[in-house]
Amino acid sequence: MEKILEIDDLHVHFSTYGGTVQAVRGVNLYLNKGETLAIVGESGSGKSVTSNSIMQLIPSPSGKIVRGSIRFKGKDLVQTSKKEMRAIRGVDISMIFQDPMTALNPTLTVGDQLTEGLKQHSSVSIGKAKEKAIEMLRLVGITNPESRLKQYPHQFSGGMRQRIVIAMALICEPDLLIADEPTTALDVTIQAQIMELFKEIQEKTGVSIILVTHDLGVVARVADRVAVMYGGKIIETGDKDDIFYRPQHPYTIGLLQSVPRLDMKEDILQPIEGTPPDLFAPPQGCPFTARCAHAMQVCANIHPATSYLSDSHQVECWLQDARAKRQPV
Amino acid sequence: MAIYLIRRFVIMIATIFVIATLTFILMHSIPGNPFTTQDRSTSEAVQENLKAHYHLDEPMIVQYGIWLKSLATFDFGPSIKQPTETVNDLLGRGFPISAELGMWTITIALISGITLGVLAALKHNGIIDYIAMTLAVLGISIPNFILATLLIQQLAVNLQLLPAATWSSPMHMIMPIIALATGPTAIIARLTRSSMLEVLTQDYIKTARAKGLSPAKIVIKHALRNALMPVVTILGTLVAAILTGTFVIERIFAIPGMGKYFVESINNRDYPVIMGTTVFYSAFLIFMLFLVDIVYSILDPRIKLHKKGGS
Amino acid sequence: MEYHNRPIDTTGQQIPEDWFQPIEKDLNKAEEVARPSLSFYKDAWLRLKQNRLAITGLFFLIVLILAAVFAPIFSPYSISEGALRNQNLAPSAAHWFGTDNLGRDVFTRLWHGARVSLFVGVAAALIDFFIGIIYGGVAGYKGGRTDSVMMRIIEVLYGLPHLLVVILLLVVMGPSLFTIIVALTITGWIGMARIVRGQVMQLRNHEYVLASKTLGASTGRIIRKNLLPNTMGPIIVQITLTVPSAIFAEAFLSFLGLGIQAPNASWGSMANDGLSAILSGDWWLLFFPALFISLTMFAFNVLGDGLRDAFDPKLRR
Repeated sequence: MEKILEIDDLHVHFSTYGGTVQAVRGVNLYLNKGETLAIVGESGSGKSVTSNSIMQLIPSPSGKIVRGSIRFKGKDLVQTSKKEMRAIRGVDISMIFQDPMTALNPTLTVGDQLTEGLKQHSSVSIGKAKEKAIEMLRLVGITNPESRLKQYPHQFSGGMRQRIVIAMALICEPDLLIADEPTTALDVTIQAQIMELFKEIQEKTGVSIILVTHDLGVVARVADRVAVMYGGKIIETGDKDDIFYRPQHPYTIGLLQSVPRLDMKEDILQPIEGTPPDLFAPPQGCPFTARCAHAMQVCANIHPATSYLSDSHQVECWLQDARAKRQPV
Repeated sequence: MAIYLIRRFVIMIATIFVIATLTFILMHSIPGNPFTTQDRSTSEAVQENLKAHYHLDEPMIVQYGIWLKSLATFDFGPSIKQPTETVNDLLGRGFPISAELGMWTITIALISGITLGVLAALKHNGIIDYIAMTLAVLGISIPNFILATLLIQQLAVNLQLLPAATWSSPMHMIMPIIALATGPTAIIARLTRSSMLEVLTQDYIKTARAKGLSPAKIVIKHALRNALMPVVTILGTLVAAILTGTFVIERIFAIPGMGKYFVESINNRDYPVIMGTTVFYSAFLIFMLFLVDIVYSILDPRIKLHKKGGS
Repeated sequence: MEYHNRPIDTTGQQIPEDWFQPIEKDLNKAEEVARPSLSFYKDAWLRLKQNRLAITGLFFLIVLILAAVFAPIFSPYSISEGALRNQNLAPSAAHWFGTDNLGRDVFTRLWHGARVSLFVGVAAALIDFFIGIIYGGVAGYKGGRTDSVMMRIIEVLYGLPHLLVVILLLVVMGPSLFTIIVALTITGWIGMARIVRGQVMQLRNHEYVLASKTLGASTGRIIRKNLLPNTMGPIIVQITLTVPSAIFAEAFLSFLGLGIQAPNASWGSMANDGLSAILSGDWWLLFFPALFISLTMFAFNVLGDGLRDAFDPKLRR
């Protein structure tokens, strides 16, 4: 399968008044054409920073990609000039942000915001741009698109706004769509509708999707592959089935146990005790050690290397080591 | 929207009424009257005559009625110190000059303040930001009358570049406008910078960047309009500051505007002029605040729904 | 699975065998691993300390206050009397800042002026604070009808042109230190009242939430550690910014002849006196009071800015 995106050894640091935050500490990822990859983790795990890095939208000068490469269709985005990057954004890669309530400019009409990307990147006529906007609104399921173009964001509900945001991201027909917590701010019923919409759109347009979320329910619904992030590292990655049915890392297992599921036999939800590591001074070893029920002394001292469980399934955990006295769950 | 405007209008009228009544009470609580203080040679009979002429012999309540009536008809009667002139004459002569000074001041303050603020925000924590903000704090810290005197001393006396006084040519206008505009410029620059910084972190700016728009387009189209909302809200207060600023500036530069007459009337205890100008000033300011609200509601499409739901 | 259960390659490191023993531990302790959270004031102070301009301002103000208290005591010159033969002397070793048209030492008068100007500023700010706390506190605490009536009153008063009202009051009451402070506070408390009300309402809502959560013993701690500091922040900033605006107002009024009357001196009245002297070349009469007004306002403004940034919860991480 053709790999559309490859991230190699990505390190991102942020300098703040309190010191340097090592938000992403060596992330390796790839994305196949036409698939949906979910990056899962709790807040502060580095998942949003990773996705912002792809777009080169790390706030500068505080944030900086200190090491690694992000190859999109063979081109390293880390080395790309700002100007070239602008030509890629919106056209080849699009991005959707968490809160549809704030992702739209309150003082501009929806039509204006929909068409401006198109006008920026191609020399379409105003009439053509409008036609395309109407077509996109129809695609994302907004009724009466013609009259809605003249309205302002505050005249739409949250779910509708997220549909508009999606339409906006897709209007230049990108190859890759990055959605950063696209449903977190929405009602559960709306969430389901939006996820259906993602699937539908992928079928129609063949766009590859990176979905950043902390919601495993969302992942189960749409993802082909899953990468689990913790403490700025990807600690387990695999096909959806690998992650949901054969999870190896205690954190992944903990995540799954903390989500209510219909097929769960016991109706006990187990939260993961403790808090995520401090990325001002990241732990030497596995970042999950402090919260891990299976922790060994080695965990606290040395970060485990990657174990390749199958072609698709990889995990970074000392429990995979033959010397470990406890066996993986 | 309509309900909101009506409500604002009622508050506006109430405020004008409060200031009118306050002015009346304050002016009439001063012991004696304007004729007793200075001119000893004026005989009792003449004083009585004068009092009768200005209705000062009537009971308080009647005088209050006359005052409200003069307000409603916008006729404040003659000045006491210069009986040949009415308060309206003075306002008619002084206001255009003061308004000209004020308009120039606010225009220049807006243009330079917004430019400085935007530049500082875009180069956040850079050298431009640092210089602009230090200048802005300086601008706020130096009282305009001191700045005015320093300007006269340097530009007019020492270097002889500009004329020091009066209001007769564009050259005469430069120094008073600089002196008066520096403070408001600094305030606008600071406000623009902070609201611009806030707006630049908003998701819709991230979205605009994710669309691949050019930085110029993001700033002008997406950020500036939202960032300028707070600037619009303080315009009313700024007009008030500039207006009171004109009192001293007009005095220093001997500009025959309304401020000059007002200060003279204070020193002369010329009650009709004090009362007339105070109420005129207040009504003007309050009307400006009202106007600012309307402008704001036009600029921000959300306000129509928001206010209706809110109040 | 073919890949399973091999030793993980750790780039040739020798790992002691017993490192692979599971460790027993109290998971609750994991919470303690997090970065120690600083108390609000400590955190704010750390942030303020990083703001060099604000610290400079604070330092200047401390020196200024000390000097205003002690300098006149040690000065050999009188505030009100000078030697006529010493008229309009330029700054020299004997008279650091020169003398005025009555032969009085400007340096000595300047520190008397500092007392007056600072007193006006601080008194106005404190009285504003007390009226504001009471009015805003009542409005915010009572809420409902009381609040909306009180807020309508504020809305009407807010439209009044403040300095104009102050001028009127001074015309009526006659200028003196006392009347200036009265006039300034009559119009000045409104801003403070609004802020206090907003903060009190926030506090009320928080308490409601807290009560419903029945957090028990830790409630007091949360109020002390979170709510109170967050509500005090804007109020402290407002006080810091009221002082310079009162000093400015006093200078402005003195400049119109409505301020402190001779032989007493304030910076504003000294600047006013110096204004006429500047055309005859006696620049020091205007320069020094102007410099001190500006420096003091500058110091208060940068300190206020610094405090605002330091208290801003949005900037806390």
